[in-house]
Amino acid sequence: MSVQQPSSQQAPSRPRTEKLSDAVVDTNPYSRLMALQRMGIVKNYEHIRSCTVAVVGMGGVGSVAAEMLTRCGIGRLLMYDYDKVELANMNRLFFRPEHCGMTKTDAAAVTLAQINPDVALEPFTMNITTLKGFDAFKASLTHTDTGKSRVDLVLACVDNYEARITINQVCLELGQIWMESGVSEDAVSGHIQVIIPGDTACFECVPPLVVASGIDERTLKREGVCAASLPTTMGIVAGLLVQNVLKHLLGFGQVTRYLGYASLQDYFPTMAIRPNPECINPLCRQSQAAFKVKAEQEAALQAASAPEEAAPAKADLHEANEWGIEVVADEPSGPAASRAAAALPQGLEYSMPVASMDASNLNRDAVESNDDKLEDLMAQLNAMSK
Amino acid sequence: MSAGWDSETKETVKKIPLLTIRAGPRDKEEWGKRLKEELQALIKYIQLNKATDSDWFTITSGKDGTTWEGKCWYIHNLHKYEFSFEFDIPATYPAASPEIKIPELDGKTAKMYRGGAICLTVHFKPLWAKNCPHFGIAHALCLGLAPWLAAEIPFMIDEGAIKTSS
Ligand SMILES: [Zn+2]
Ligand SMILES: [Zn+2]
Repeated sequence: MSVQQPSSQQAPSRPRTEKLSDAVVDTNPYSRLMALQRMGIVKNYEHIRSCTVAVVGMGGVGSVAAEMLTRCGIGRLLMYDYDKVELANMNRLFFRPEHCGMTKTDAAAVTLAQINPDVALEPFTMNITTLKGFDAFKASLTHTDTGKSRVDLVLACVDNYEARITINQVCLELGQIWMESGVSEDAVSGHIQVIIPGDTACFECVPPLVVASGIDERTLKREGVCAASLPTTMGIVAGLLVQNVLKHLLGFGQVTRYLGYASLQDYFPTMAIRPNPECINPLCRQSQAAFKVKAEQEAALQAASAPEEAAPAKADLHEANEWGIEVVADEPSGPAASRAAAALPQGLEYSMPVASMDASNLNRDAVESNDDKLEDLMAQLNAMSK
Repeated sequence: MSAGWDSETKETVKKIPLLTIRAGPRDKEEWGKRLKEELQALIKYIQLNKATDSDWFTITSGKDGTTWEGKCWYIHNLHKYEFSFEFDIPATYPAASPEIKIPELDGKTAKMYRGGAICLTVHFKPLWAKNCPHFGIAHALCLGLAPWLAAEIPFMIDEGAIKTSS
């Protein structure tokens, strides 16, 4: 995999760092980060240099997340976007007026290389939702020799369902952990979510979960606008996201599975979202089965090595060991519809309904099966367009 | 069906045949079957429109059915306004709905994303998700493109942003 270089190269601001120093001197860019280790918050801060993170979407959340990771000294950063910087982006952080007209990925690569020349930067200017984009995106995350993922984490910083579904599919295919983030179209709420194939709900297990803004949808005026945005909400969500990334990569604190932010009430709901055994995505169901086997093997090993200790419930064991978080009570099992209708923590809601169609309606209204050839149907459609 | 569309649109969409095959362009075998259903639904929809003298678009696809283009038109005060539209079938279709673009209107209305992708109502994606995988291209045109034209074209005419094509 060749490393793409930012299109307009500038001289690095300082020489590359060989080994991180914890010397508290004005010239050491890592002194305050290494202090985390001195203080005992983090065991091995330098581990971050061996980590690779992919940031998908370099908008108001992704660009800020990329800057945070760069300043933290992440080893390698892959950045994806297909858009250019515009003056309309200036209400958000990171990009500057002089970047207008550049692709977001190139503008970010130039800026981030200046901030920290130790980070290996790979900008990818592409739309991941198209047929070609999907393959290119997946290939860019894949190690050419092993066929396995070459990144530690994928961050979804996109603003649409189609891109999230794409990331979900690629990460299921690669068995890759990812973190989702989002800001509401009215700019006053947001969320972050961890997705571990097989262990947590995937993005198709249940409808996307968002924070209820507390604003009546019917009173929201949408004439002449697409979406609102605030640098504050986006900056906060980027901060929550990267904090979770650091905890995950460096192994400190609790990695929150779902964290919402409702700015109007300053309310931060959290929850765990269990995988849906009837998830529509067959790869997700496979991942769930594989995860179950692995968790049971680990539990058996644990029990064998420490027989005198009272073993906690199997399902909780893995959670407690790997994540050190309390497991939220199981959601009601059963069909997806009843699961989705089940009570969510106050302030959280599904942003979309569960797919449902009455079988008799479908029988009555479905296309009739016919023996026409594809080419004939195409010709028939084309003839109607004359 | 939820709010967000006029009663005529609601009545029309009910008459478009539903699709049964859940397959996207990455599903090599099944995609052909899905594509046949898409074509059947589109043909039925255009026939319905022609029968009620409310024909408003033409459409054609590339050989593999992953890229589509056509013309859509809108009559306002007896003047016809016609535009070219296009879209690709997303890799994760039908979970992801198609993103319909009218490149020539890019920058002429706020209800559009860069590149000319129309900004659908907040009700579109929830309804698409609820009916997945039974809604197809014909439903997206009926519930997405048609209402967008009805809402945005008069506005753009008033603004002087577009001119009639007849
Ligand atoms: Zn799933
Ligand atoms: Zn919009």
